[in-house]
Amino acid sequence: MSRRSRSTSGRVPLVLLLPALLGLAFLVVPLIGLLAKAPWSTLPGQLFSAEVWQALRLSLVCATAATVVCLLLGVPLAWLLARGGLPGRSVIRAFVTVPLVLPPVVGGVALLLVLGRRGLIGQHLDAWFGISLPFTTAGVVVAEAFVAMPFLVISVEGALRAADPRYEEAAATLGAGRWTTFRRVTLPSIAPGIVAGTVLCWARALGEFGATITFAGNFPGRTTTMPLAVYLALETDPDVAVVLSLVLLLVSVVVLASLRERWIGGLR
Amino acid sequence: MTLYADLRVSRGSFGLALDLTVEPGEVVALLGPNGAGKTTALRAIAGLLALDSGRIALDSTVWDEPPGAFRTPDRRPIGVVFQDYLLFNHLSCLENVAFGLRARGVEKQTARVEAARWLETVGLSQYARTRPRALSGGQAQRVALARALATDPELLLLDEPLAALDASTTLHVRAELGQHLRRFEGRTLLVTHDPLDAMVLADRLIIIENGQVVQEGKPTEVAHRPRTDYVAQLVGLNLYRGNASGTIVTLTEGGTITLAEPATGPVHVAFPPAAVSLYPEHPSGSPRNTWPAIVTGIEQHAHTVRVRLNAAPAGPADLLADITTAAVADLHLTPGQPLHTTLKATEVHTYPV
Repeated sequence: MSRRSRSTSGRVPLVLLLPALLGLAFLVVPLIGLLAKAPWSTLPGQLFSAEVWQALRLSLVCATAATVVCLLLGVPLAWLLARGGLPGRSVIRAFVTVPLVLPPVVGGVALLLVLGRRGLIGQHLDAWFGISLPFTTAGVVVAEAFVAMPFLVISVEGALRAADPRYEEAAATLGAGRWTTFRRVTLPSIAPGIVAGTVLCWARALGEFGATITFAGNFPGRTTTMPLAVYLALETDPDVAVVLSLVLLLVSVVVLASLRERWIGGLR
Repeated sequence: MTLYADLRVSRGSFGLALDLTVEPGEVVALLGPNGAGKTTALRAIAGLLALDSGRIALDSTVWDEPPGAFRTPDRRPIGVVFQDYLLFNHLSCLENVAFGLRARGVEKQTARVEAARWLETVGLSQYARTRPRALSGGQAQRVALARALATDPELLLLDEPLAALDASTTLHVRAELGQHLRRFEGRTLLVTHDPLDAMVLADRLIIIENGQVVQEGKPTEVAHRPRTDYVAQLVGLNLYRGNASGTIVTLTEGGTITLAEPATGPVHVAFPPAAVSLYPEHPSGSPRNTWPAIVTGIEQHAHTVRVRLNAAPAGPADLLADITTAAVADLHLTPGQPLHTTLKATEVHTYPV
């Protein structure tokens, strides 16, 4: 009996298969290494230690808060880029995407220069409202939002450009003003794009390191998020670093997988 | 209250210059070939496109009058049925129909009751909770019509409302649409490229070519007295211009046609392709219009064969004849073949240019 595959597309060429497998291994092997090196015997004790939970809770809260900020500011910005008919739109789009290519540390420095206690805006915030963002939990949210927002804007703008604007025209002929049209027609039609952008944005915020440590510093309980805790633990107690990394990995996978099932899958 | 529209829009080399009025209860069809400016006219009246100059007004209320007044679509009392309906797929049929009422500030429960009544009117009550993408083309069109009529608009605009349907459902949906339009008390402007839709649904036709009105009138009048080649082609007539003297018309493009009734001066000459007969030899007897001709094309239609002929110099240079499939076999018709054609003078119709 022949056991040959009867796939109509034929066999995958070796030239593609080899690098593909190599690429897969490159992405997966480090994660396996993490699992292999985990101190499984002492794991439960370390897992429920106060500092792990503190860092995890802070990470989740800050990433979620940053994502909310990105949604509130980023969706309107994406709409403006896609539908606003702005002059110099390509220049604005380039500015929006700068944080994507900028090293996060540079982003952190830039934030310090603007929002720091002596910064362009920061000095007024301090003098008028007594608000100081650097080295606070709010500062973490600001740093994460700065780095993560482009992911959301680009994803939502793409969805907006792909959405048929004639549905908005139909809504207008039915008596809907621009805001009603946006709320009841545009938003629902780009919901999959918003969900995808939100997931990307949240994941980026959760993993944020460079801008956070530069702008918000490293104060356990206030600004030490998981990535910062991992980095610091590596110098003092590598076992803890591995545990923290595992927790971060687990949380990311669970959240991404459940969002995919519940939202992205359901909306298609 | 009459809708007045004097539409002037220019887009590059294309210019639309169109004057039209629609009275309450009247259905006006804007008929023309693709690219004639029909959709541009509809979009301008709906407010989806601003006029360059001209004026749109409902009685004394100005909708668009450059450079000053402009009402956005949401502030015009209109309902639009788009060519591909544009039903909102994230809303149920009921919510689609209620959308316009909600957007115009009607309270939610009232809007839903009213929307349900409209779905019942178009015979789709059982689909209230269905998403539009699950509907057939004909059903989607009825939901779109209900959605457009639910806000009780002063003006209903229909953009090729039957073009997206397959041939088997068109007949039924057209008849139903006709009933709804007859019941509707507001003004209706229908944009179409299909002469049959226009003839069946409209009280008055406005035919446009290249952004200009070429003919306007009641369907029967247009069908019997076409004034341009496009209209003649739409209604399936041979049409020529010429100068009549007694019972002889000398055609502008050469050739003569003999009439049964005398006429004088510049006239249009029209006759159906079925009035033309083909013979292999010069026919016996003395039909008044007999021309030698050459076959230039053969087209199969539903029950007849349409033959295109060149009867110059004695007759028209471009002549259509409808004959039976059996006659095609008898004549062994092939392009380039010489024949004799006759035209019954009693079927030729003339009217002043």
